[in-house]
Amino acid sequence: MTEPVVSLRGVRADLGSRPVLRGIDLTVRRGEVVALLGANGSGKSTAVRSIIGQVQTGAGEIRLFGADRRRFRDWHRVGYVPQRTTAAGGVPATVTEVVSSGRLSRARFGVLRKADHAAVRRALDLVGMADRAKDSVDALSGGQHQRVLIARALASEPELLIMDEPMAGVDLGSQEVLAHTLREQVSQGTTVLLVLHELGPLEPLIDRAVVLRDGCVVHDGPPPMAVGQHALPGHDHVHPHAPAGSEPFRTGLLS
Amino acid sequence: MDFLDYAFMQRALLAAVLVGITAPAVGIYLVQRRQALMGDGIGHVAMTGVGLGFLLTWSPVWMATLVSVLGAVLMELIRWYGKTRGDIALAMLFYGGMAGGVMFINLAPTGSNANLTSYLFGSLSTVSDSDVTAICVLAAFVVLVTLGLRRQLFAVSQDEEFARVTGLPVRVLNLLTAITAAVTVTVAMRVVGLLLVSALMVVPVAAAQQIGRSFAATFAIAMAIGVSVTIGGTVTSYYQDVPPGATIVLLTIGAFIVLTALAAPLARRRARGTAGGDTTADPAECAIPGSRAAADEVGV
Repeated sequence: MTEPVVSLRGVRADLGSRPVLRGIDLTVRRGEVVALLGANGSGKSTAVRSIIGQVQTGAGEIRLFGADRRRFRDWHRVGYVPQRTTAAGGVPATVTEVVSSGRLSRARFGVLRKADHAAVRRALDLVGMADRAKDSVDALSGGQHQRVLIARALASEPELLIMDEPMAGVDLGSQEVLAHTLREQVSQGTTVLLVLHELGPLEPLIDRAVVLRDGCVVHDGPPPMAVGQHALPGHDHVHPHAPAGSEPFRTGLLS
Repeated sequence: MDFLDYAFMQRALLAAVLVGITAPAVGIYLVQRRQALMGDGIGHVAMTGVGLGFLLTWSPVWMATLVSVLGAVLMELIRWYGKTRGDIALAMLFYGGMAGGVMFINLAPTGSNANLTSYLFGSLSTVSDSDVTAICVLAAFVVLVTLGLRRQLFAVSQDEEFARVTGLPVRVLNLLTAITAAVTVTVAMRVVGLLLVSALMVVPVAAAQQIGRSFAATFAIAMAIGVSVTIGGTVTSYYQDVPPGATIVLLTIGAFIVLTALAAPLARRRARGTAGGDTTADPAECAIPGSRAAADEVGV
């Protein structure tokens, strides 16, 4: 067994008075690609946000690269892609300016050196946005914006990528680019933990799927295979490990 | 250029230029964080400082700095911990600050509402040598923070959640922004007045973002607008007998209107310029990607 990069043990979290995570266990080992699946409100976003310290946890233990999360300082080893917000406006910024922010986990309070600028350019190349480097992010489509956010995470050359719904609201062309980018990262040994609503074009990449429901892990194993009629968008996938009488696990687009 | 012969005009112009640089420099981060009215709130709190300065016969500028920094830190703490009642707490802070100012200045032996008016709406011609010293020291601090930490402050203002994952001390940087905003309010207090301070923080930035495409360009344009209007307003008020603070703010709004009118044709020209790139991208977005083929070819 290789060293776990992310490990959660009995993690509980509340939002207000509502329990969102009710004691979840999750381990991601080096080089693995793990998808966190579940319906809206199942706690999958809260789970990744607890890993990065954005959500306070009530109980349990979170370790990153073997260190307790509260004492973890090597943030340049982690690339984070938040759920894209559609809220536009504010002060204009170029693609390069946004992606350069991702380099701060290495540069910290120092000036950006030649190597830093090169890393930013490389990250833009990886997502196929190098030709838009000087454009304002406001002028981009949803899919292009998402690619910029992924480039920002890649700018620190991370060993672990955490992505929250990277395919939400992304056009098919960009989905293909993202899948390709991710494939390249994985082939170079990057560990990936992603929150997904449906497996979609990333399916062939995923080693393991963890399914959450009502803040509990209900499945941890190979991704649910969709074949034949089950692959049709909108088809409900009844998971064999689910407790008897429980709601079918819905992978379909229409759910 | 005969106005440069007068010492009071030299002091006034120096103060005006420093305000023209610092107010938009802080304002750009406040606008980015959607806290455009924070400067207004700090301005209200600073009034208590001015009042206390008169009551304790201290320098009102330094006392206002102290009180508005405390007020800004308190506002930032309310933003962290306060959830549903945050706006009420802020309202109490604002109006408490204003009422405190009126109360203290009337309790002070030398103070009157006339003194307060010069802080509320600015009083450039009465800027003293010690005021200029204070304004220079405070402005240097503001420029050092807003330019020196521009990448870090940009990251925190643009996406706080992401900034936290880069390991930046987000809370410290947020506090620093609030403190810098408070310092800027007191720098601008003598020039445009506490009630109009926020206009110089927000409007040049709003005007600059009509034509700027990058953060760096918006930053530079906002400062250029700030310096132009503060100099323009000060010189205008020398030749015409008009209040400088109000003149500066009206000029800023004028700049905003002009740039907004210019922005629409500029954006159209840019759109035409990038249209070629977009047409090549279109077919890819309509194509069915390879990996979806298996799911789409269903034989039942």
